[in-house]
Amino acid sequence: MDDIEQQKAALLAEVATADAAALEAIRVAALGKSGSITALLKTMGKLTPEERLVQGPAIHGLREAVTTAIADRKALLDTQALDARLATERLDLTLPVALPPAGSVHPVAQVMDELAEIFADLGFAVATGPEIEDDWHNFSALNIPETHPARAMHDTFYVERVGGQAEAHAGQSPSSDGAESASPAGEASAPAGPRMLLRTHTSPVQIRTMLGQQPPIRIIAPGRTYRSDSDATHTPMFHQVEGLVIDRGITMGHLKWTLETFVKAYFERGDIVLRLRPSYFPFTEPSAEVDVGFTWEKGRRVIGGGGDAAGGGWMEILGSGMVHPKVIAACGLDPAEWQGFAFGCGIDRLAMLKYGMDDLRPFFDGDLRWLRHYGFAALDMPTLSGGISA
Amino acid sequence: MKFTLSWLKDHLDTDATAEQVAERLTAIGLEVEGIDDPAAKLAPFLIARILTAAPHPQADKLQILSVDAGGPEPLQVVCGAPNARAGLVGVFGAPGTYVPGIDVTLKVAAIRGVESRGMMCSARELLLSDAHDGILELADDAPVGTSYADYAQLSDPVIDVAITPNRQDCMGVRGIARDLAAAGLGTLKSLIVPTIKPAFPCPIAIRTDDPDGCPALYGRVVRGVANGAAPDWMARRLTAVGQRPISALVDITNYVMLDHGRPLHVYDLAKLQGGLVARKAAAGETLTALNGRDYALTPAMTVIADDTTVHDIGGIMGGLHSGVSADTTDIVVECAWFEPTTIARTGQALALTSDARTRFERGVDPQFLDDGLAIATDLIRQICGGEASDVVRAGTPPEGIRVIAHDPTLCLRLAGMAVPPDRQRRILTALGFGVDAAWNVRVPSWRRDIDGPADLVEEVVRIEGLDMLESTPLPRVDGVAQPTATPVQLLERRVRRTAAARGMNEAVTWSFIAQAEADAFGGGAWALTNPISEALKIMRPSMLPGLLSAAKRNADRGAATIRLFEVGRRYLGDGERATLGFVLMGDRARRDWRDGKPATFDAYDAKAEALALLAAAGVPVDRLQVMAAVSPVYHPGRSATLRLGPKTILAEFGELHPATARAMGLDGSAVAGEIYLDAVPQKRGTGPVRPGFAPPALQPVRRDFAFVVAPTLIADDLVRAVRGADKTAIVDARIFDRFVLPDGDLSVAVEVTLQPNDKSFTDADLTMIADKVVAAATKVGAKLR
Repeated sequence: MDDIEQQKAALLAEVATADAAALEAIRVAALGKSGSITALLKTMGKLTPEERLVQGPAIHGLREAVTTAIADRKALLDTQALDARLATERLDLTLPVALPPAGSVHPVAQVMDELAEIFADLGFAVATGPEIEDDWHNFSALNIPETHPARAMHDTFYVERVGGQAEAHAGQSPSSDGAESASPAGEASAPAGPRMLLRTHTSPVQIRTMLGQQPPIRIIAPGRTYRSDSDATHTPMFHQVEGLVIDRGITMGHLKWTLETFVKAYFERGDIVLRLRPSYFPFTEPSAEVDVGFTWEKGRRVIGGGGDAAGGGWMEILGSGMVHPKVIAACGLDPAEWQGFAFGCGIDRLAMLKYGMDDLRPFFDGDLRWLRHYGFAALDMPTLSGGISA
Repeated sequence: MKFTLSWLKDHLDTDATAEQVAERLTAIGLEVEGIDDPAAKLAPFLIARILTAAPHPQADKLQILSVDAGGPEPLQVVCGAPNARAGLVGVFGAPGTYVPGIDVTLKVAAIRGVESRGMMCSARELLLSDAHDGILELADDAPVGTSYADYAQLSDPVIDVAITPNRQDCMGVRGIARDLAAAGLGTLKSLIVPTIKPAFPCPIAIRTDDPDGCPALYGRVVRGVANGAAPDWMARRLTAVGQRPISALVDITNYVMLDHGRPLHVYDLAKLQGGLVARKAAAGETLTALNGRDYALTPAMTVIADDTTVHDIGGIMGGLHSGVSADTTDIVVECAWFEPTTIARTGQALALTSDARTRFERGVDPQFLDDGLAIATDLIRQICGGEASDVVRAGTPPEGIRVIAHDPTLCLRLAGMAVPPDRQRRILTALGFGVDAAWNVRVPSWRRDIDGPADLVEEVVRIEGLDMLESTPLPRVDGVAQPTATPVQLLERRVRRTAAARGMNEAVTWSFIAQAEADAFGGGAWALTNPISEALKIMRPSMLPGLLSAAKRNADRGAATIRLFEVGRRYLGDGERATLGFVLMGDRARRDWRDGKPATFDAYDAKAEALALLAAAGVPVDRLQVMAAVSPVYHPGRSATLRLGPKTILAEFGELHPATARAMGLDGSAVAGEIYLDAVPQKRGTGPVRPGFAPPALQPVRRDFAFVVAPTLIADDLVRAVRGADKTAIVDARIFDRFVLPDGDLSVAVEVTLQPNDKSFTDADLTMIADKVVAAATKVGAKLR
């Protein structure tokens, strides 16, 4: 009995200080095939039942105590070894990693998406038309005959086919989206083919839409436009969005509501005030220019509030009016039955007013620093649920 | 169009201030662009009396004045004016006052050792005239200490109005007054047209041989005039509105034009041979106009000539030869009506603008010829003296009066404004329209722009005030909301956002490029006939020149990595093509502590972008064929097209040809590509339901094969052969290693993915498939390594 207890004490003492190799040696010496405890266990068979009753528990106790001690010691040593290894494995995670490059969407494209979203909610489809237009769609059909003084205000760029081929082009654009036109009478009568120009406004899309589709019509038409003009606020190429509604019983009241709804949604402010000012466009009657109220904040003009209120002012943002009966008739519709409104607005200017650019010219320079500063992330999709400015 | 407040008040009885006038003008569609009061600069100048004047001890020509400017103490002022003397009442500027004529802000200063507190001013110093021979002398009873500008009634604000092209009638002050009166800002004074008693019969013949271009040519002779300077009041008004006074006769015609919108012309009778005739110009005729420039005339142009030569481009500009001068004594005053379209065409053809053209091409009042001539003649006689002949009237102007059958309810139906019919009638009447009981509306002769009921509605609502217009909600469209963007727009949106997500920056570049740039890209189809500069002349046949120019600018600014794209159109002979172009230039990856050296972009990067964008566009990219590039702008060996079927080219990409890079001024090279969005097949709508799907139960098996191939073998041929070796088992084949062997052949390693169906592959199955793969590869010239 005492032998066993002594043996246990001795083994446990050895285990408690053993390293990994010594521990394995102890395990073999005690619990291996010819180990001391294994030998003791083998003696059990020769014992009398009385002896076994006394010796048995003692021997098993010895085996269990030593087995447990070895396992515990091994776990401790493993932990210590892992800790020691981990202590040597260090990364300096302040070192830089290469991120995927940050691309961007141009503000003009972003604003066009915003407009499409706002007007989709009002039931307006998006229409397009060719940028190389003929005189008839850009001017004559819009009640601007050749000798009209308004033509001089358009600073038109004229184009001709290189090599002098005079084939009709307008209306053949694959992106004119169903706004293809039957050749209108005024065009067909021109003997040398229509005079071609770069559209000076998006209004010819009105004509193409009315020629190509029966009312009711609700469209916006964003796109590139061109005028021979260049300074801090004018570039020879710029962007406009046209709006057109043709239906029965449409009045200027609908125009005003639509513009208010659009401008509020675009600037995301409920305190927008609009002022309609009588004006003149050959293709609308009555016509109105539209001013939006602004207030001064930190030396900047901020859209919202203002107007005639103290500290406020007005800023012109678009032209509009009821579509001229002659324009409706030029598109083959009966002006006694169909009427509606149209408006046109500079997209670049809308972008500048909302996002705070001061100069128009960098819009078309492709300076990466500007594009990154004023551009939008790919996933900044304007949505009605997520907010128009994303 | 500029006018002064006092000028307006000649025609309009009103107490309104300039600000009130401006506000109302803008509200009725005559947009005020600014109010400028030249006298505002003179507001600080006070009337002052010189109490004493003593010689300056240090300077002969200077005096030391004691000046009473209304303050508690007299002020000491050093003055060099010869007329400065005790008792003189003049105009005084205190220290701190800006003196516009000499562009100086006064300070207390010592002049030759004597302190001077301000300045007594001359007319030139106040910009009142050129006189500078002494200080201003006012009447003795001028109130000392009060504002000089008020005393001299110099304050006459100038109002600048933007007149829209339809409102010729408001290109004269009287028309503006009429609109304001209709808008309730005063009463229009009645126009008193003077009666001119003819002193003699007109001694010259006046006729029109061109009744289309000049239906009416009226004129008379005035003898014995003295063409000196215009009177101060007229010169001051003309100057205020930006017209330089020239001589009394010229100024009178300008004044009548600005006052009534009625252009006139005055000829020196002594310079004419015979009478005046309106006719078409003969081919080859020329005229040196009053602006000193020579104009070649054509038979489409209406001119006024005498028996031998042309003297006037009718309604646009007179000739230099017969213009009046200081020596002129006898004149012909012309008052004509020219057909607006003729004027417009002539003006456009000659590129000649003038105040007369602006008015005639918008259509001046055809019923105001006699009145205009009488008003001008009266002014000439008052200012220049002389005797007037009777008037010769050749031809007749158009009546210019139309009657429109109107319905006052249209105002509500079109404009959405409920203006009572009585009110509408009052507005129209105040504007000069005649409205009968049945609402037949007679348009006044000066409103050529009015030609339909919609115009009458506009007249009513602009005077009533668009601020009265109430918003009406646009009714919602019935039914299920349909997509409002077109397929092309959705496609553009998708590829744009994908390109941005892949790290490219969207640019917007000019649609027009330089001829040389277009030539480097195969030449453009459309050229601007009037470009703003040679750099912006040809409509781009490719997206790349603009992007490469932008890339170069960025490189010149030090950008190390450039990834630019643009979504826009190419302008070809047969249409405008929606296209995405991209340019990759510089370092693909910057040098990095892990990967070492920077890597530059190569054609494979362009391929990756092209495929990713086409995948986003919904193109089945695994069915695309890589074929040779067609455009010579790319490196012939490092470029390709991606085609769906042999004919449909969806994209082209590659490294730029060195010649292209050089033409674009690039130092190194760049890779680029274009995605032809118009060629991308549009997905057919199949509804939201997808085909059923059950994932395979068994795992795929992968096997690697290494082949030795000739360097000329196209990788795609090998992959297609391998993939086709067993179409049921092989679901993918991918090259994962490739290197050159010592003998020059290539080692190409292909990973083949096999997908078992309902039971796993046996060893025999796998051996059989492997044999098929090797056999198929052998057919295209590959040997198993």
